Amino acid sequence: MSEATQEAISDRPIDLSKMQISDEVAIQITDMNKWFGTFHVLRDINLTVYRGERIVVCGPSGSGKSTLIRCINRLEEHQAGQIIVDGTELTSDLKNIDKIRREVGMVFQHFNLFPHLTILENCTLAPIWVRKVPRKEAEETAMHFLEKVKIPEQANKFPGQLSGGQQQRVAIARSLCMKPRIMLFDEPTSALDPEMIKEVLDTMIELAEEGMTMICVTHEMGFAQAVANRVIFMDAGQIVEQNEPREFFTNPKSDRTKLFLSQILGH
Amino acid sequence: MSDTHSNTVAYVRDTMLPEAAPPPTEVGVVGWTRKNLFSGWFNSIVTIICLLLIYYVLAGILPWIFQSVWTADSLTECREIMQATWGESHGHACWGVIRERWPQLLFGFYPTEYYWRPILAMALLLVSLAPILFADRVPSKFLYVTLAYPFIMPWLMWGGTIWNPIMAAMGFVLAGLIINYASDVIGSLGSMIAAVAAAILWWLFLTTPVADVFASILPLAMETVESRQFGGFMLSILIGVVAIGCSLPIGIVLALGRQSDLLIVKSICVGFIEFIRGVPLITLLFVASTLLNIFLPPGTNFDIILRVIIMVTLFASAYMAEVIRGGLAALPKGQYEGADSLGLDYWQAQRLIIMPQALKISIPGIVSTFIGVFKDTVLVSIIGLLDPLGLANAIRADSAWTGIYWELFAFIGAMFFIFCFSMSRYSMYLERKLQTDHR
Repeated sequence: MSEATQEAISDRPIDLSKMQISDEVAIQITDMNKWFGTFHVLRDINLTVYRGERIVVCGPSGSGKSTLIRCINRLEEHQAGQIIVDGTELTSDLKNIDKIRREVGMVFQHFNLFPHLTILENCTLAPIWVRKVPRKEAEETAMHFLEKVKIPEQANKFPGQLSGGQQQRVAIARSLCMKPRIMLFDEPTSALDPEMIKEVLDTMIELAEEGMTMICVTHEMGFAQAVANRVIFMDAGQIVEQNEPREFFTNPKSDRTKLFLSQILGH
Repeated sequence: MSDTHSNTVAYVRDTMLPEAAPPPTEVGVVGWTRKNLFSGWFNSIVTIICLLLIYYVLAGILPWIFQSVWTADSLTECREIMQATWGESHGHACWGVIRERWPQLLFGFYPTEYYWRPILAMALLLVSLAPILFADRVPSKFLYVTLAYPFIMPWLMWGGTIWNPIMAAMGFVLAGLIINYASDVIGSLGSMIAAVAAAILWWLFLTTPVADVFASILPLAMETVESRQFGGFMLSILIGVVAIGCSLPIGIVLALGRQSDLLIVKSICVGFIEFIRGVPLITLLFVASTLLNIFLPPGTNFDIILRVIIMVTLFASAYMAEVIRGGLAALPKGQYEGADSLGLDYWQAQRLIIMPQALKISIPGIVSTFIGVFKDTVLVSIIGLLDPLGLANAIRADSAWTGIYWELFAFIGAMFFIFCFSMSRYSMYLERKLQTDHR
């Protein structure tokens, strides 16, 4: 476990009181399969996510973690099975896809900020054009979230002028401006320098404290232990094991999980 | 700092050295010359050889340009004046031909009393370009001029009744209304198709009769000028501006079509681009001037300049599409995913995220294509239109100016250089202005 993570997690007490998991199903995946050409990347995935859950997905690279969460907002198309997000099934119907994307925020490994727009414009673009929010209101919302991720003073700069950690926090704020009900994180800290990981994890912890439904693909096991209510281990396109974090880390069931944990926690 | 240490540490200096200017051989003109031109014996020799070469070339050209004859009505008269002044009949330019023929080089055989019409059209062109080229400095109200310009310009140039351009504009209004009000009923794609169909039907079958009706009620018209009277730089600029203005949007659509998942759209775009790029422009111009008449119903009067403009535009669009495709390919996939993940639909993503960046990357290529198209307009002389080069041949056929080459072509070259160089400088200005990525 990296030192930065330790520090991030032990920095201050995490208030879990609001982290309530309801019975309402947020995401329902049944018998989902996906191929890239002839490569069977996801095999018979079954997963139910309840509202308010914080799920961490981990596993060796190439195991299909990213592909799984990218299927949830249809950045990747699944070929068999069913994905229902917020009561809407993902089919090739563009209306449903756009509807789901409005409700599901996503944070990428490489931020994917729009380099030709300022930070503020990055945050207001989608609310103005997709949600049809008036510009002034969108800017107020954007400033609110930029303050939450602690960079309101950068609002009029361009993404290229910010550090990696700051850019990732902007990316989180940009997603939040759409007021999503579910947040997906695709290795949000993997492209960052160690000293910047903490600031991004802190932001994600705050989000968890407010009860956001989150699915994070990450290698930050400290974050998983402190924040997640469920850890999913994937290997070779399958969900091998899922459990609550303490049990998962101290008492892994399958051999593959044990091997993975010994590799990632061993040094 | 020095104060605190001066008592304890003897070797720390407690006063700063006074600032001293660098030696005069390192700064200013002398320094620059030493560093860039005479930084060693080899470079010094190369510098001197180059200076001698430049002197030799200029010593030949400058007297030709400036010790020249402006007031002469024929080449013979020019030579007589040269003989009398400098004692030799060559080595001096005879600009008399430009002085006598420049209205023709600019306007062709356009009626002299209507010269104000192309001049006004040119002035309006500058006004309508301003809000596009300098969006941050020119009030956006000027955009109304830009919108009206495509309809005003042909009326000014060709004359005729004012109802024709107004009715042509009505086609766009009609399409706009359909998109606005029918999209709730038949969906956005359906209303788009309906709008295009309605506009085309309007232009094909209704524009002329309706315009005739209005013209009979309220005859507002200017004297008509025939296409064969057009010529000179007016013709080059006319063809160039229309081709440049239309090829960018058509090129964008073709580039997007080429990347489309829809098989038919994609095949049409690829087929069009590859066909046009595989055929020389001159071939297309010959098709426009001769072959097209065979396919059109007998008696149709399809203006030759319009035909040429369409061909040059199609030609430019195919190249533009490939240039823009290059820009699209240079964009990281993450930009598409970022836009998708926020719920932007295809057109919003293209307009707000993808195109602004792709076009910015393609600016050098786009402007190169623009410059190429503008220069290619001289090819229309081959099918008998009197562009500047065609006129140059006509002028040289005049017995007064037989045997004159350099002056005419130098003038035409200089005019083209001014236009193309301005475009090139503007593109550099635009690139600097749009640079936000701070790499």
